[in-house]
Amino acid sequence: MEHVSDLTKDPRQSGEELPPSETPWQESLRLFRKDRLAVAGAYVLVLLLFTAVFGKVLTEWVVVFDPEVVRLPEKFLPPLTFSSIDEVPAHDQPVGGIYLLGTDELGRDVFARMLQGSFVSLSIGFIAVGISLAIGIVLGGLSGFYGNVRLGLVTVDTLIMRFTDVMLCFPTFFLILTVVALLPPSIYNIMIVIGLTSWMGTARFVRAEFLALRKQDFVVAATSVGARDRRVIFAHMVPNAIAPVLVSATIGVATAILTESGLSFLGFGVQPPYATWGNILADGKGFIFDAPWLFFIPGMAILVVVLAFNLVGEGLREALNPKLRRR
Amino acid sequence: MQAFILRNVLQRLVLVFIVSILAHSVIHLAPGEPSEVDPANPRMKPEDIAKIREAFHLDAPLYMQYAYWIRDLASGELKSFKDSQPVLGKIWRRFLNSLPLFICATLLVWTLAFPTGIQAAIHRGAVYDRSTTFAAYTLISVPGFFLSYIVILWVVDLFGVPVIGLKTFGMDTAPPLFQTMDRIWHLVIPSLMSALGGMAILSRYVRSQMLEVVGQDYVRTARAKGAEEAVVIYRHALRNALLPFVTMFGFLLPGLIGGSVIFEQIFAWPGLGRLGYEAILARDFPVILTLNFIAAVLTLAGTLLSDILYAVVDPRIRTGLQGDG
Repeated sequence: MEHVSDLTKDPRQSGEELPPSETPWQESLRLFRKDRLAVAGAYVLVLLLFTAVFGKVLTEWVVVFDPEVVRLPEKFLPPLTFSSIDEVPAHDQPVGGIYLLGTDELGRDVFARMLQGSFVSLSIGFIAVGISLAIGIVLGGLSGFYGNVRLGLVTVDTLIMRFTDVMLCFPTFFLILTVVALLPPSIYNIMIVIGLTSWMGTARFVRAEFLALRKQDFVVAATSVGARDRRVIFAHMVPNAIAPVLVSATIGVATAILTESGLSFLGFGVQPPYATWGNILADGKGFIFDAPWLFFIPGMAILVVVLAFNLVGEGLREALNPKLRRR
Repeated sequence: MQAFILRNVLQRLVLVFIVSILAHSVIHLAPGEPSEVDPANPRMKPEDIAKIREAFHLDAPLYMQYAYWIRDLASGELKSFKDSQPVLGKIWRRFLNSLPLFICATLLVWTLAFPTGIQAAIHRGAVYDRSTTFAAYTLISVPGFFLSYIVILWVVDLFGVPVIGLKTFGMDTAPPLFQTMDRIWHLVIPSLMSALGGMAILSRYVRSQMLEVVGQDYVRTARAKGAEEAVVIYRHALRNALLPFVTMFGFLLPGLIGGSVIFEQIFAWPGLGRLGYEAILARDFPVILTLNFIAAVLTLAGTLLSDILYAVVDPRIRTGLQGDG
């Protein structure tokens, strides 16, 4: 409406191009909002983030929900059962005397364990993806920007991309399983190993993105006015290559959570005392007939969260992709 | 074309060499030596450690250890720690068990994913598209073993489908026809469950590929000249959308080992993935090492095959290659 009044006021401007009404990020946000599944996923993720932070605070720092209290008289109670004061001493009672999600084979409060697990599961996903992104961006960036530099017989690009090809040859899950089984059991090893074996995709598309960006006018211009490489890379190229990285990071977290649950199923996941959704689920499968909630609650939780990550990732991919947008 | 193939083969051979070094060093990633990996295990007796040390030539320098491994592998002398059987023979027998499962799952994936994806792309935004999209994401997001357990609970009571092993125990004396039927019956659920994830991923990929193609000029031209919708979709659009899938053949083969660990474990299927898992549990290094190596070589062979196929089906690739080579 404003433009119309502008035009009537100043007819000289009618032939000129109008300034863009929104920045690319605003446009992406608007497109993302149109994807209702992705928006629902985003809400779930915000909720999850709160749950994880509260879970960390309330189960470890200020112990309100204690996931480690063992109450053998009250094992295998279904969800929403009240704790009996006769069998469990007052200081071992769950909050409000009720087991929101039931108890497991040792009488531990499943709600408290799930809370604790939400932080652990999420941090496995984030740290593993952080490692894989760091490696992928550095290698892909080197390969895309300094690809032509020669090191003896081969170029940097050949060296890095052949190494990426080699890594892609190994069956990822089996490789992770092998390494995790050989290393001493530790939650950090699992994060690191998942990160070290999943950077190849990122490296490949960061390289492709850099190769394309290097020929763009604004990068050529920046180089020709004498900007240093560091400035060209970090001020001009990285912000333009960030969109696909964001998408793959989101989907990467989902994959890492699934990988962790798969490892837990095979007995090589995160070891006690840490509770993760993966190992609650893997332990719960033994009680699928006696205490189905031990199996279905963590399973559904993983499904919902991983689904949310995937939907948000896909929504971002559509919203950030200029090719799809113009159609 | 011959030069192209030759160059590709040579490149792959260099990669095989690097892969073998990496596979070999994976074992040395563990702090200490393979013989010290499990010092707390009371079953690791000194003679076991001595056996491992000797079999791996652990007193030799690292490059000699690698050379010994390659020599033993090539001559078929490489023996498993667990039962002293030749590793290659063990792997071959398990491979024959995995193969039918792999073939059935792959057939299911490719025959179901394409129609689903194409329909979703044609009816973009419609109820069908949105529901298959959501279903596909759900299948991608569910932990495989969680879904399998639920399905097992449901189908065993309802249909009486077997979900354990590759044949009924004690069927060895039955007529061959019954034995074959029994084996096929055992394949149903495991192959379906291991196909679901791949099906979801592939159908998404088909959908986005079709969407890419449907917007192209030649599709509009086909419509403009009055071709029937089915002809437009299946002759003009689909053919072009199919091209990238040629490259996917290369990444099918390693699924034989890596993708099957969990499903073979769930369904007690004595295949390659399970062999790998058992080897890891028993710390049977020659088997682990060789499985990783074979999987990597299979992938290389697969990508070589798909590169050649791609050059055969897509003339643009061929001419591009002649341009720079």
